Amino acid sequence: MATLTVTRPPFGGFSFENCKRNAVLEGDANKIGFSLPPARKTGTTICGVVFKDGVVLGADTRATEGMVVADKNCSKIHYISPNIYCCGAGTAADTEMTTQIISSNLELHSLSTGRLPRVATANRMLKQMLFRYQGYIGAALVLGGVDCNGPHLYSIYPHGSTDKLPYVTMGSGSLAAMAVFEDRYKPDMEEEEAKQLVRDAIAAGIFNDLGSGSNIDLCVITKGKVDYIRPHDEANKKGVRTGDYKYKRGTTSVLSKVVTTLDLELMEESVQTMDTS
Amino acid sequence: MRKCRHEPATQPEIQLYRTESRRNGITMNTRGIRSQLKDSVPVAGMCPQGAYGVQDSLRSGFTSVKNELLPSHPLELSEKNFQLNQDKMNFSTLRNIQGLHAPLKLQMEYRAARQIQRLPFLQSSHLALDTLRGSDEAIGFEDILSDPAQSETMGEPHMMVEYKLGLL
Repeated sequence: MATLTVTRPPFGGFSFENCKRNAVLEGDANKIGFSLPPARKTGTTICGVVFKDGVVLGADTRATEGMVVADKNCSKIHYISPNIYCCGAGTAADTEMTTQIISSNLELHSLSTGRLPRVATANRMLKQMLFRYQGYIGAALVLGGVDCNGPHLYSIYPHGSTDKLPYVTMGSGSLAAMAVFEDRYKPDMEEEEAKQLVRDAIAAGIFNDLGSGSNIDLCVITKGKVDYIRPHDEANKKGVRTGDYKYKRGTTSVLSKVVTTLDLELMEESVQTMDTS
Repeated sequence: MRKCRHEPATQPEIQLYRTESRRNGITMNTRGIRSQLKDSVPVAGMCPQGAYGVQDSLRSGFTSVKNELLPSHPLELSEKNFQLNQDKMNFSTLRNIQGLHAPLKLQMEYRAARQIQRLPFLQSSHLALDTLRGSDEAIGFEDILSDPAQSETMGEPHMMVEYKLGLL
């Protein structure tokens, strides 16, 4: 610690001070037989499709922590700019922070240029940041939006590669969703058709993948209008209890009743005001 | 410190030569050189920080070969030098597009901006430097995580100023 303060003023960003210590701790824990708690992932199904006037993004709402569901209704469609939204799969914290940072950067950029931001700009910023960290930031994203050049849809992988496609899926349920897309996608669909297609793709992911579940969120982006529908469809409803274990009043009959009053004297009464400032 | 070119150059001097070669190959033998040298792209284990090139156990603690040579994380080295590498890349692109004078002028402005700062143990805003680089319009992890303005420790003023002036 002392050396750092003498030789170099502190700078921000990631600090790798504890990496060696963590590696040693993990080794020790594994020797005893414990494992460190896993990061909360969104083990997900996310997908997007380009239709005639815009883009439809869809996501499920389950967040898992190992084999346990950490959040039954988390929101995976993040705001980037008024005309651009991004779905995130992978480590939940990474997708959150990455999308927030890019959203701030895009806002500053659009204030500086004076124009509505383009989807390609967001894509380029995300790709450069993810490549800089060589995949250690586990964020797989589906980025979609409508700008002056029309609707665009990109998929961005954690190591920084991107694809510009008319329909994309990501996450652990991506294969199930892609199967639905491959079967029923047509170019230049209508809005209702596209929404139904995305809903079915996410439902396929929810029912066939353990890491995805709960509800289906949709986000329809068209020129000048964004429809954030949350939830669009509750595919998995928690069951309603049909029976009740409580006994009704009067089940047990009363034979006799004895009442004993407790005489308590009031000794002292004092009021202490809380300092709520 | 380097009297004639055919003498074998030591590591710090090679680094100095590389950073200065664009302007002129001649260096002046002033104490200030040492203060410019020490923070230039350090390679772990190659240049021990103490006087006479020996490890300075009193100030930098015990050294172990494993700690010095191997980075504790694959990203550590690339992150430490990221800003420098970005600048180098930008300058070389600028040179290819606009000619030699453009990066020279910019580097002169960078040097000037780097000199108007507070003493090392105080936080300086780097406003001029940020504006030159264009990073006043960008937010990254270095603005959010471990903000130096919020750090819990403060450097020892005398030591830090002595180190900066190369008197240490």
